[in-house]
Amino acid sequence: MKAAVVVFPGSNRERDMARALKLVSGREPAMVWHAESELPAGTDLVVLPGGFSYGDYLRCGAIAARATIMGAVREHARKGGLVMGVCNGFQILCEAELLPGILQRNASVKFICRDVHLKVERSDTPFTRGYNAGQVIRVPCAHGEGNYFASEGTIARLEAEGRVLFRYTDADGKRDPKANVNGATNAIAGVLNEKLNVLGLMPHPENHVESVIGCTDGRGLFAGLVAHFVQAA
Amino acid sequence: MKARVTVTLKTGVLDPQGKAIEGALKSLGVAGVASVRQGKVFDIEFEGGDPVKAEQTLKEAAEKLLANTVIENFKVEITAPQAAPATP
Repeated sequence: MKAAVVVFPGSNRERDMARALKLVSGREPAMVWHAESELPAGTDLVVLPGGFSYGDYLRCGAIAARATIMGAVREHARKGGLVMGVCNGFQILCEAELLPGILQRNASVKFICRDVHLKVERSDTPFTRGYNAGQVIRVPCAHGEGNYFASEGTIARLEAEGRVLFRYTDADGKRDPKANVNGATNAIAGVLNEKLNVLGLMPHPENHVESVIGCTDGRGLFAGLVAHFVQAA
Repeated sequence: MKARVTVTLKTGVLDPQGKAIEGALKSLGVAGVASVRQGKVFDIEFEGGDPVKAEQTLKEAAEKLLANTVIENFKVEITAPQAAPATP
């Protein structure tokens, strides 16, 4: 799997992401600066990492979404290539309109930094084939703006088309307002685009891939992606 | 020429920041505050002398960047159509 991690001014999770990709896929990802106009040839997966691109000025991800490299990311997605945005990367994908909706200020107006439980809603996507549908995973989150919002019509469509991939739940996979840490509509933590090749999610699976950390629940996402590309080859 | 773009949240969109500000105003004892919605103001100096064209350009700028129309409305006003007259 040839992965590329896009680095914006203010990204700060790009090395965590690169480390996880290297650890699970065995291959060092390319680090691509936002001012580049092209992705490395043969890129399979583009990752937009977490952080505070452009200091969250204007709106989270708003400036990064208009960066030069985003033309190439858009083209990669249009051709069916995989794109994953985590945390700030999710915000950037929404601002770039590669995903619907927007991440608003957390309902509590507090920055949330803790482990959360996510229910994997389906396993038949390149991002989740390393999990079983309905499986609950524990991953860290760290964000001030993770409260997913979209129009009623958009939410209904996302639900009907099975495009909600991850949802905040309790440890048993049950919906609970307390588990929905940021107040997201329908407890949505991760969504897919129409073609199911672009994923945005708020929590950080890349931080739960090594047993020394105490949890490896995030590993399945990367292992699933590797398996996807092995099968595709 | 000077222009102002005002960006506000659409009706019905949750505004946690506005709520927090509202709470702070109430705790300060500011009387009569029923509710607060927060937004953004952009004051823009515009080159060129055609206010109609400027308004159109700024509307496009608001669509493209200044507002996220999923949750926000915007308003463009030309606040000072003429450049300041040259002093003799």
